[in-house]
Amino acid sequence: MPSSHRFQSLEQRDINKETFVEPWPEAGLIVADSPADPRPSLRVEGGLVVELDGRARADFDMLDFFIADHAIDLAVAEAVMATPSLEIARRLVDITTPRAELLRTACGCTPAKLVDIVRHMNVLEMMMGMAKMRVRRTPANQAHVTNKREHPALLAADAAEAALRGFSEVETTVGVARYAPFNALAILVGSQTGRGGVLTQCSVEESLGLQLGMKGLTSYAETLSVYGTERAFVDGDDTPWSKAFLSAAYASRGVKIRFTSGTGSEALMGHAQGCSMLYLEARCLMVTHGAGSQGVQNGSISCIALPESLPGGVRAVLAENLLAAMLGLECASGNDALASHSAIRKTAKLMLQFIPGTDFIFSGYSAVPKRDNLFGGGNFDADDLDDYSVLQRDMQVDGGTRPITEVDALAIRRQAALAIQAIYAELGFPSIGDQEIEAAITAHGSEDMPPRDVVADLEAANRFLKGDQTILAVIGALQRRGFDQIASNLIEMGRQRVAGDYLQPAAIFDRNFHVLSAINDVNDYTGPGTGYRLSAERWQEIQQLPQVKSPRDFIADQVGTPVARLGELGPAQPGTRPEVVVAVGPAFGTALTRTIGGLPHEDVLAAILTGVASEGLVGRVVKIYQSSDLGAMGQTGARLSGSGVAIGLQSRGTTVIHQKDLPRLSNLELFPQSPSLTLETYRSIGRNAARYALGRVTTPVPVQVDNWARLRLIVKTTLLHRRETELVRDQPPMELRFDWEPDF
Amino acid sequence: MPEETPKYPLYDSPDGLRAFSGRPLAEITDEAARAGQLSMADLRVSAETLRAQAQVARAAGYDGLAGNLARAAELTIVPNGEILAMYAYLRPGRATQEQLLNMAEALEKQYHAVECARLVREAAAVYQQRGLVRQ
Repeated sequence: MPSSHRFQSLEQRDINKETFVEPWPEAGLIVADSPADPRPSLRVEGGLVVELDGRARADFDMLDFFIADHAIDLAVAEAVMATPSLEIARRLVDITTPRAELLRTACGCTPAKLVDIVRHMNVLEMMMGMAKMRVRRTPANQAHVTNKREHPALLAADAAEAALRGFSEVETTVGVARYAPFNALAILVGSQTGRGGVLTQCSVEESLGLQLGMKGLTSYAETLSVYGTERAFVDGDDTPWSKAFLSAAYASRGVKIRFTSGTGSEALMGHAQGCSMLYLEARCLMVTHGAGSQGVQNGSISCIALPESLPGGVRAVLAENLLAAMLGLECASGNDALASHSAIRKTAKLMLQFIPGTDFIFSGYSAVPKRDNLFGGGNFDADDLDDYSVLQRDMQVDGGTRPITEVDALAIRRQAALAIQAIYAELGFPSIGDQEIEAAITAHGSEDMPPRDVVADLEAANRFLKGDQTILAVIGALQRRGFDQIASNLIEMGRQRVAGDYLQPAAIFDRNFHVLSAINDVNDYTGPGTGYRLSAERWQEIQQLPQVKSPRDFIADQVGTPVARLGELGPAQPGTRPEVVVAVGPAFGTALTRTIGGLPHEDVLAAILTGVASEGLVGRVVKIYQSSDLGAMGQTGARLSGSGVAIGLQSRGTTVIHQKDLPRLSNLELFPQSPSLTLETYRSIGRNAARYALGRVTTPVPVQVDNWARLRLIVKTTLLHRRETELVRDQPPMELRFDWEPDF
Repeated sequence: MPEETPKYPLYDSPDGLRAFSGRPLAEITDEAARAGQLSMADLRVSAETLRAQAQVARAAGYDGLAGNLARAAELTIVPNGEILAMYAYLRPGRATQEQLLNMAEALEKQYHAVECARLVREAAAVYQQRGLVRQ
């Protein structure tokens, strides 16, 4: 069988580097509706749950116990479980059903019931549900800031830039675990340099994470992981009770937390028990809710490629985000780990969270290049930042970031790098040199950074962790070195811990260090005109990309001194002998003097007339005033022409060879790609027109086709044509004199 | 305990707010830091504030969170080292049932952490049943 060139070409595409498999429930490779998933059920006796999703209390595993005894609102459960799931699904989409009602309903569901509800919903309906059920009205975004070298100046600079770009949270982690306190410190200082109020975390082992929080080196923790089966949870070295205790421990120090779950983890760990990923995730979410966590990071997270290998995977990932929101949990909705080789695929998937908005659209966005991202590789990264800004501008959607200028980025990076250098010097950590500062300011990735003495850094980090120094030592260092604003921001974060306001669901701080949470920024979406809407100010911010130009300046290159060699003689008369009329537009040689390709009008005219002359004919130049339409110009010229053949030429350079008997919008040859036309092409056009006029056999002029040119130049094209059209008036065609002789 | 739900954000009514150390919020300032007057206890939340935040959460319909914040209020007086040790004991296979029950006793008798004790007793019973205690 011969092989198809098309299929060969398709095989080379990024999308075909991915893995796609059929569902295999026994292996846990199924996103929803596994045969092993239980049917929803709930039996309560004497205020105690005795049956949950088909399992009797005697057969409960630890998740069942925890869910049964902590996660279900028994006051509403009986009524909710008896309500058809389809009806609840419809209420989720119905814009008039208020969020509070659905929150109450969801809290009366079992895991299997929750899954049963979303089974009825397509992705559009789930997005509508998410828009309504999202906990905080204002959407926001989280950034990852890490680097392979774990270089403190680079971490600080990148954290500062991320904060300036509008991220409300910054997450870091470690390559080598002992770097933890230093990495946490660098992004804390960096982020507070960019903007006071950005929340920071360092993703490490649980008890180490708590220690960092106790020292004031982090403002929240996220990676309190939960799993959907008992064996997976135990492999993860926790239980719902240890996680609940840990949540309370953090809160007792004033530190916000959220749990982390996500479809696919149980299958990846070999403990899915044949259940579907979504059902197991529903169990995770109910554990999260029952433990009293204010929120969750989910949306498959690092396992994303696993549901994405299966049919309906991306839909299931949106469903898990929706379930979290339904349970009143803040949702940091994935889009973080490298999900696809294909830019098309990763962006399509993103739209499911981007369009409705979630509490954190990315959990997080890699604010550094992929190669420096120490979490699953970075899905959207620093190189995608301008694309991401454009998506917000394109769709008028708040994606939780804003465009910044290079000047501002460099300045904030400098400040953050200097601040961390000062801290290291004051606290006796291995020094950060001035070359490292300069490198960090302009760096894109860690390859731009000089190396550090890793052993010395790790020793110092360990001493810092084990010793008595806390964030107060850091604040003192900053104050002594004159970094008063950053010190003040760190103290303010401490004050906010004392107030405890940011422990409420979905809390972030705005640019004025005011808390925004489910309590004072309630999502009141009930359809158009309600809920979160872009303020005029925010829309302005989103629109003003640094790359935006004023269209008023766009055609400056095409405006110049009117062509002296070109003058009007008088009204054009019909020709009587063989000739080619060159019918130019109303702005030709006067209001406009160059084509879109930058060719001077006199050169273009000379080239055309040279071509005409090379066949032994004369070219007569006529200016058309009654229309700027190329077909009309060409036809008018053709009717004036003694041979019935004319060339229509717009000021921007678009050209047609016309003939008097043809309909207006038909032609002998058309040259719509004005940017590709060269003087050589214009000579050929002149020659061909003459040949048509003389009845000679003619091969059409070959032209370069460049579809990207239209894309890039369409605004300029529009404005040039507008300029020409402005001069249209009711005046008959005028004969022009052109002071020119052929070269030969 | 006040009848009405505290006004949120509590930060905006700073007069009543004190850190775990007892220092009023108004005295947790840049100047106090510069003068070396602050300790980490001045940057920690108090039990009273956590209980107030629990009320706010409950009034807004977030009962689970309210329960967590109530447990957090109890844990404010447990020193850092002990909190870490208690968390470790609750992880699978770390403690015998007896150790867990003793821990619940300590929480209750020493720290008056009634809700936390309840949580730990519950864990002890489930872990025993599910084979998650240390043998």
